[in-house]
Amino acid sequence: MNLHLKNMNKIQEILKNRILVLDGAMGTMIQRHKLEEEDFRKGWFENHHKSLKGNNDLLSLTRPEIIEDIHRQYFEAGADIAETNTFSGTTVAQADYDLEDFVYEINYHSAKIARKVADEFTTLNPDKPRFVAGSIGPTNRTASISPDVNDPGFRGITFDELVTAYYQQIGALIDGGVDILLVETVFDTLNAKAALFAIDSYFEDKNVQLPIMVSGTITDQSGRTLTGQTTEAFLISVSHMPLLSIGLNCALGASMMRPYLQILSKQAPFGVSAHPNAGLPNEFGKYDETPALMGDQIKTFLDENLVNIIGGCCGTTPDHIKVIADLAKEYEPRKVQFTGN
Amino acid sequence: MSLPPLKLSGLEPLIVTPESNFINIGERTNVTGSRAFLRMIKEGQYEEALSVALEQVQGGAQIIDVNMDEGMIDGKAAMIKFLNLMASEPDISKIPVMIDSSKWEIIEAGLKCIQGKGIVNSISLKEGEANFIDQAKKIKRYGAAVIVMAFDENGQADSYQRRIQICERSYKILVEVVKFPAQDIIFDPNIFPVATGMEEHNNNALDFFNATKWIRENLPGAHVSGGVSNVSFSFRGNDKVREAMHSVFLYHGIKHGMDMGIVNPSMLEIYDNIDPILLEHVEDVILNRRPDATERLLELAETVKGDGKKKEVDLSWREKPVQERLSYALVKGIVEFIDEDTEACRLLYPRPIEVIEGPLMDGMNIVGDLFGSGKMFLPQVVKSARVMKKAVAVLLPYIELEKAGASSSAGKVLMATVKGDVHDIGKNIVGVVLGCNNYEVVDLGVMVPAEKIIQAAIDEKVDIIGLSGLITPSLDEMVHLAKEMEKANLSIPLMIGGATTSKVHTAVKIEQNYTKGQTVHVLDASRSVTVVESLLGQRKTDFVAGIKTEYQKLREHHEKHRNAKVLLPLEDARKNAIQIEWKNEDIHTPNQLGIQQLIDYPLENLVDYIDWTPFFQTWELHGKFPQILEDKIVGREAKSLFEDAQSMLQSIVSEKWLTAKAVYGIFPANSDGDDIEIKNSEGNEIIATQFTLRQQTRKAEGVPNIALADFIAPKNTGIQDYIGAFVVTTGIGLDEKVKQFEADHDDYNSIMLKALGDRLAEAFAEKLHEIVRKETWGYAQNENLGNADLIKETYQGIRPAPGYPACPDHTEKETIFELLNATSITGVTLTESLAMFPTAAVSGWYFAHAQAKYFGLGKITQEQVASIAERKNRTKEEMERWLGSVIH
Repeated sequence: MNLHLKNMNKIQEILKNRILVLDGAMGTMIQRHKLEEEDFRKGWFENHHKSLKGNNDLLSLTRPEIIEDIHRQYFEAGADIAETNTFSGTTVAQADYDLEDFVYEINYHSAKIARKVADEFTTLNPDKPRFVAGSIGPTNRTASISPDVNDPGFRGITFDELVTAYYQQIGALIDGGVDILLVETVFDTLNAKAALFAIDSYFEDKNVQLPIMVSGTITDQSGRTLTGQTTEAFLISVSHMPLLSIGLNCALGASMMRPYLQILSKQAPFGVSAHPNAGLPNEFGKYDETPALMGDQIKTFLDENLVNIIGGCCGTTPDHIKVIADLAKEYEPRKVQFTGN
Repeated sequence: MSLPPLKLSGLEPLIVTPESNFINIGERTNVTGSRAFLRMIKEGQYEEALSVALEQVQGGAQIIDVNMDEGMIDGKAAMIKFLNLMASEPDISKIPVMIDSSKWEIIEAGLKCIQGKGIVNSISLKEGEANFIDQAKKIKRYGAAVIVMAFDENGQADSYQRRIQICERSYKILVEVVKFPAQDIIFDPNIFPVATGMEEHNNNALDFFNATKWIRENLPGAHVSGGVSNVSFSFRGNDKVREAMHSVFLYHGIKHGMDMGIVNPSMLEIYDNIDPILLEHVEDVILNRRPDATERLLELAETVKGDGKKKEVDLSWREKPVQERLSYALVKGIVEFIDEDTEACRLLYPRPIEVIEGPLMDGMNIVGDLFGSGKMFLPQVVKSARVMKKAVAVLLPYIELEKAGASSSAGKVLMATVKGDVHDIGKNIVGVVLGCNNYEVVDLGVMVPAEKIIQAAIDEKVDIIGLSGLITPSLDEMVHLAKEMEKANLSIPLMIGGATTSKVHTAVKIEQNYTKGQTVHVLDASRSVTVVESLLGQRKTDFVAGIKTEYQKLREHHEKHRNAKVLLPLEDARKNAIQIEWKNEDIHTPNQLGIQQLIDYPLENLVDYIDWTPFFQTWELHGKFPQILEDKIVGREAKSLFEDAQSMLQSIVSEKWLTAKAVYGIFPANSDGDDIEIKNSEGNEIIATQFTLRQQTRKAEGVPNIALADFIAPKNTGIQDYIGAFVVTTGIGLDEKVKQFEADHDDYNSIMLKALGDRLAEAFAEKLHEIVRKETWGYAQNENLGNADLIKETYQGIRPAPGYPACPDHTEKETIFELLNATSITGVTLTESLAMFPTAAVSGWYFAHAQAKYFGLGKITQEQVASIAERKNRTKEEMERWLGSVIH
């Protein structure tokens, strides 16, 4: 049909033959640069009336060379898929900074940067094509929980508002050239369903189709999402779309994530992905699990044949991804039969 | 390729397989079907409306139908509000939602509120194909399943032919045009009333059955549902006949392939319990077996109307004034009349709060006095608390209405079982006892991380924090919490309780880490009130000073004692191992090697194996069973408790509240030093190693330093020996039932059930050990012991459990669970602190040698910790954490 569909089939083919490696944390790498307020404004928001420090997505506009370099480091470490620097790239999340009007630019340019680096690496080594996944974060509002303890029926955001915001982000990511859409860090399944609703609507409106990854967040040992769903209930709730993969990321380190991945691996009619944190934060809020230690735990995933896509979330670095990529090479991927489409 | 099953979800999954038999959809949250519910919505009584939903779930509904189609209310707004409120009640939102409306606008609004995969009820071809396709597409995009009514442009299907023709057409459009997953389609082929007196209605039920059968055979994947109560419409007012009709209809419907239905469970008789004559008459009508069926049933219906039985009880206390009746009910723990009495009392007082402050507190004060003076016992107090809670529940809506302002509680106590631990019987008892004494209790539940406790303590402005834990790793978590509280600059007093906690541990490890507030160990629930009172009352300064002095002395004493106790170097202890003369003839070759399992083991087989003494300990009644029943002081209470336990036990067994599962196995094994190498059944591959710990205390001459490895033949003897392992649980199903009791404010039965669950698990371990001795391993085929002998453990062989004195190393549980694949077979999981969940579970090893015996490890040295860490390939720090309480 079109370029996107061809791409989808290609990724599915590769996924049957080997484990794909997702990159590691963006935030951790940005922190290393010890950036200041002016870095977040440079050339774009010099006179903006609100503080912008910490709004990492803006760096794709103001310090693109830093983002480009991070993508490059992860590809060098062996990642197959880079995530765009767009975790907070929705009007909902940018509203805190009064930057709703720049959502298109953030997503478009972030996608372009990752696209450029990915293509460089693919040209150098066509046997290992590199892909770009457009990162679609959960936003900072939940559609299923009331922010007001005294009024449990109240909602800080509606499904329709989320659909509108996600639709816009998705359009900009696809215009910027992403290969995959990654709905990640899902702590409220209703938010994710709004993202999927927007994706499906966009696909129909523009007659395109891209592979979709969904990655949920199990918040603690209760084995549930923030909004209370069990892993299996979460899987069922997003299975109406033909996904490339379903998986888990953030909140937990690899070893704590394992039981929930086992559930997905057993039940999911899609690929299974995991990008855990580098352990749990220490008493200073830093992630200090070493690449070797994390590798040992990832190895148990691979030994058990649990995953098709593996990478890292908070606290992981190119060193972690290198260990993971080297390990992944040695293993067969989990068997998966793609249905739908 | 066969289709996947219909999968739905709320907070939890619901998978409809052929084995599911019948999915029961709750229907009371429907304004068109329930006048009471309509009134609540109209009046904006959403709290009350939510309790209707909760009742549905507790009554066994697997899906909850919500309908707000009423001309007098804003259906869309009501649907959104009610679904949002349901989402904040996990006990309701755990099951999937059915969004029921004839208005698309309301359906779509509902779909935007549910995070799980629900069902739309319903769409149809009524307004033509274009509309139908458009709606189906959207439903698919929202991620829901759909009910399709047998309805088309020409109206509702009322014959067999019309039913199947419309369903087939709908199915084809959905599957071929919309690409709707076939398994997500549910047909409602219209249940119409029978016995209406109109001849054309006589075949209504039969047409439904036949259409159902046709759909299930010809439309792959599709399901069939319907609203069952319609069928008995003409017998409104005669519940007995209606209940029988519903049961008969369901019985035949299910046989024809109906796999879901909207049913009111309280309007359903058990098919086999229907009076045979009534059954025959009802079946004649439902199955249209004779032309005069309707008249015959109408005639019979006149003679069968509800009947009731009543027991004779002494109700003379009902003659007294209402205030005294409240006191009486509280002291005696009678819930039967509490709602009406509280309501009657409320009308006598100007403000509802005064009922609590007046007669209810008077009653509870009597309870408190009796308890304090040892004239009432914990089980009674818990029953009283249940009555109190019920009474308060009656008053609460009025109090809130009045916005009476500040609470009148004596103080606020936060209770939590610490992170990694799931045991909460003790914590709940303390909560209840404090509640009875007018303290407000904020219960954070189990597995609560430190930061959550601290945050809640600050947010809720509590006066005291109470921590509970049963397993040894919880002790460290408590130390951690104390340190965190110090860091957070708190000064709230901290109470420590739970089976493994002790005054010494609290003094030596916890208290000095939290300098800004006072830490106090609480021995048992009955002391909690005194401790809380002392900490919050006027005597606080004296009390705290007293505790500080006492704990300081304890620390000094401990330090002295520690230095005095001499431990042997590991090597010397090993030299002093138990010396068994190993002979081939002493080792019995097991009858069966490898992993075995018992799934759904009959609970009735376990009842005789229960050891009751610990049961009474749970309730803080101390003494040996059965003598305790005759005890001068606690005997009467023990007896009454025992009777209640027996009666619940009967329900547990006959109604299958719990499921018993076990996995166990015997494997070839030999010891190698302090380790035991465990091999596969063929004996050619080591599949696990048990690392045992050795006693290091200096012993008297001739007394050995034992390790469990001593009971297995060493490798170098050349003798093939064996070891067994097991995991049993009787806790499957326990949680749901406990939640039901808790929702009913019934702590007494909730605690009772947990206590019985624990006893049954121990009984199962005992029973399984017997099976292993007599059959699986078979070394004691001729053993014939009664329960008393079993409890005294007079048989040959032992089953030490990780976490207990012979084997305090909890990490050995991981070995057992992996060896037996226990989690996937029994459903028992290990928490991060290696507690088993459900808690009604036991795991351990089997040793068969005649000289194997239980022992306490005692203290060990850092040297042995390093050794075990190295052998287990873990860091020394990690093993120190696990073995903290036994390290010298």
